[in-house]
Amino acid sequence: MSPAASTASRFTPYAATEIAKGWDALYAFLLIASLISCILVIGGLIVFVIKYRRKVEGEKTPYISHSTTLEFLWSFIPFVIFMVVFVWGWKLFHDFRKMPENALEIAVEAQKWDWTFGYKSGRRVSGEFYVPINEPVKLVMTSKDVLHSFFVPAFRNKQDVVPGRYTTYWFQANALGNYQVFCAEYCGDKHSGMLAKVHVVTREQFDEWLSNDPYKGLSSVDIGQKVYAARCVACHQLTDAKGVGPGWKGMFGRSEKMADGSTITADENYIRESILNPNAHVVEGYPAGVMPTFAGQLNEQELMGIIDFIKTVK
Amino acid sequence: MATAAHSGKNYLNEKSGLWSWLTSLDHKRIGIMYMISVMIFFAIGGTFAMLLRWELFGAGPTIMNAHQYNQTMTFHGAIMVFMVIIPGIPAFLGNFILPLHLGAKDVAFPRVNLMSWYCLMVGSAIAFWSLFYHGSDTGWTFYTPYSVTTQNGTIWLVFGAFIIGFSSILTGLNFIVTTHKLRAPGMSFWRMPLFVWALYSTALLQVLATPVLAITLLLLAMERLLGIGVFDPNLGGDPVLFQHFFWFYSHPAVYIMILPAMGVVSEIITAFSHKTIFGYKAIALSSVGIAAVSFFVWGHHMFVSGQSEIAGIIFSFITMLVGVPTAIKCFNWVATLYRGSVRFDSPLLFALGFLFLFTIGGVTGIILATVGIDVHFHDTYFVVAHFHYVMVGGTLMAIMGGIYYWFPKMFGKLVNEFWARLSFVFIFIGFNVTFFPQFVLGAMGMPRRYFDYLPEYEPLNRISSFGAWTIGVGFLIGLGVIIHGLLRGKPAGPNPWGAKTLEWTTASPPPHENFLVQPVVTAGPYEYR
Ligand SMILES: [Cu+2]
Ligand SMILES: [Cu+2]
Repeated sequence: MSPAASTASRFTPYAATEIAKGWDALYAFLLIASLISCILVIGGLIVFVIKYRRKVEGEKTPYISHSTTLEFLWSFIPFVIFMVVFVWGWKLFHDFRKMPENALEIAVEAQKWDWTFGYKSGRRVSGEFYVPINEPVKLVMTSKDVLHSFFVPAFRNKQDVVPGRYTTYWFQANALGNYQVFCAEYCGDKHSGMLAKVHVVTREQFDEWLSNDPYKGLSSVDIGQKVYAARCVACHQLTDAKGVGPGWKGMFGRSEKMADGSTITADENYIRESILNPNAHVVEGYPAGVMPTFAGQLNEQELMGIIDFIKTVK
Repeated sequence: MATAAHSGKNYLNEKSGLWSWLTSLDHKRIGIMYMISVMIFFAIGGTFAMLLRWELFGAGPTIMNAHQYNQTMTFHGAIMVFMVIIPGIPAFLGNFILPLHLGAKDVAFPRVNLMSWYCLMVGSAIAFWSLFYHGSDTGWTFYTPYSVTTQNGTIWLVFGAFIIGFSSILTGLNFIVTTHKLRAPGMSFWRMPLFVWALYSTALLQVLATPVLAITLLLLAMERLLGIGVFDPNLGGDPVLFQHFFWFYSHPAVYIMILPAMGVVSEIITAFSHKTIFGYKAIALSSVGIAAVSFFVWGHHMFVSGQSEIAGIIFSFITMLVGVPTAIKCFNWVATLYRGSVRFDSPLLFALGFLFLFTIGGVTGIILATVGIDVHFHDTYFVVAHFHYVMVGGTLMAIMGGIYYWFPKMFGKLVNEFWARLSFVFIFIGFNVTFFPQFVLGAMGMPRRYFDYLPEYEPLNRISSFGAWTIGVGFLIGLGVIIHGLLRGKPAGPNPWGAKTLEWTTASPPPHENFLVQPVVTAGPYEYR
């Protein structure tokens, strides 16, 4: 069964790791135990209220104050079940948390509102990443701003991503496919749009993908220049001439007057905002709504590259 | 005093005018003031819930944008938790009933009691102002560092919650002293109604846990205003520390919400099965037991926060322990019905509804306490469904049941039974239609606090929205029942249900100091023989 097709039709997502299957087994046990408990309590309730409904006003009821045996039983039996579940859950949790040796390590950086994945080879990607099948993968994660949480339903695991420290997450996918990554910790406006995909591919496909890094061996400024040539050149010149948009020469660090009358310095934050959300602050003399957003099209590496490149255009 | 009763004087008509209410020291009048305020807050919080479900009716933007959704979600959560569920049963039903249950004239400190109400009002006013003026969007949990890096509204909202906290602490203190000092002659601890036991356990939580919230909120304020690094990593603070502090209060707060509801259910089930409670001591002590253990389980909200593996395991274990006294209560209530003489009036329907929903909320609580399982469910709709089953299905069902049960005592009138039962049908069915699909959504992996969702989650979200509107209709009917009862209700008489606790021995509505003759207690509270 292909994972994509199965997602919508099942009550739990496709299980793409061994541990996820272990999770499903414990969940099935819990569901059955819960169902039995509900039938006992709710069933008993329904039977009693129907059977002992009041037939005449003022009828006598027996005075049953307690039963030590019964009360012991219905404390002790739940306790035993809870302990079984607790130990089983503990074991499962340990599997989720025991980081494997010799895993493929990927650095994950979360920020409002996207995910960046960095490989040892230097390749950095946003929004999606690739891993080889049947090999342990370890994510070392941190956040640049607020809390986020890395969650892949197909792996049945999540881990909060915390600014100022590293948290880890591991998995070994055993089925090829594309799996959904969610941000599960509330992080502001686009929390529900902070998505990514993990592509599980064969080792050969993975090696090929990794070596296909378009920016391999390039400096940040070089990357920026490449992106400029592909995406920005039509509207922005490298002189101070006014095109569709402002020319870039001498722009970095300059104070710009905005259409709304305010003044903003063209620093890293302003350039980033202008790329991702161009209409937030438009420079005076340029109409709003002309520049499209590049959110989701440029990754962190490319954004940083453009900023570093602009700094060099003097 | 006997002449006062014969002349038809009671706490409602003894004095008149708005000012006589706003300065009243009578616990019954203060209880009614809480009732009105909580109902207004509930209407506001409920309206936001309806808007949320409308937005989630389909994938993509429906009636608002993402920022407005996040504000709406924050308003709904903050109002419902801090202004409805926490003051709901203790401050409203507790205030009215506790002294009556104990055979007392009033609570121990009537002035402090009035001050608690004003704390709630002032705190709520500040919180509302901040919510709407600044448009806070942090969620009711105020997690750092998000809450210290966004707009300034958080600080005022937090300040409002801080003042509301004092209302909770003072009410708790008042109830503890009242229970110790003002019991009628002959009423030993083991002769107290179970509602009193529940309120007493709740009061312990209010007094011991709420200060931690106050301290946390102060630290948050100091960080925002003075730049002292506590939680913000940019200032050298630890964002996860906030979660420890926050849940150290907010987990016990869950029991501030549910313990008194359990007390209401014990009262209703005995009265309507006309039978003594099964296992009085077990139910009474399990309230205290739940309250005690609840201080040591906060970490179950943080299994995936980055706390250590061993911490997760310990918190999972202690959380499982809470399940035992909870299970005892459920089984004892069912056993009370056995060979009873069960009468199906609306209070009993709500109590049975409570048991039904609380059982589902309870077993899913065990599922979430299982640490290895929680790593998938944490922060998904499974959690949303679970806590609504416990808090709405539990607490709100108990509040509704409690209102219908004590309405004749409060106002001396009977409500229209047909419409009261109909409100139950709508609320109960609507509730399950709303929240059961959310368990499935959570299992499918849909995270909570999502403005937008993947298309595969749409059908179940749609069902859930229809359910929410059904609940809305149910509560509107309930409101109609209460208003109709106030205006047109038939006279109730002192004891329409034939119940045995002390409040039913005095007139309905009770006179100013509750009992014309000091009651003397010679037996337990549920002597149906
Ligand atoms: Cu997020
Ligand atoms: Cu909790």
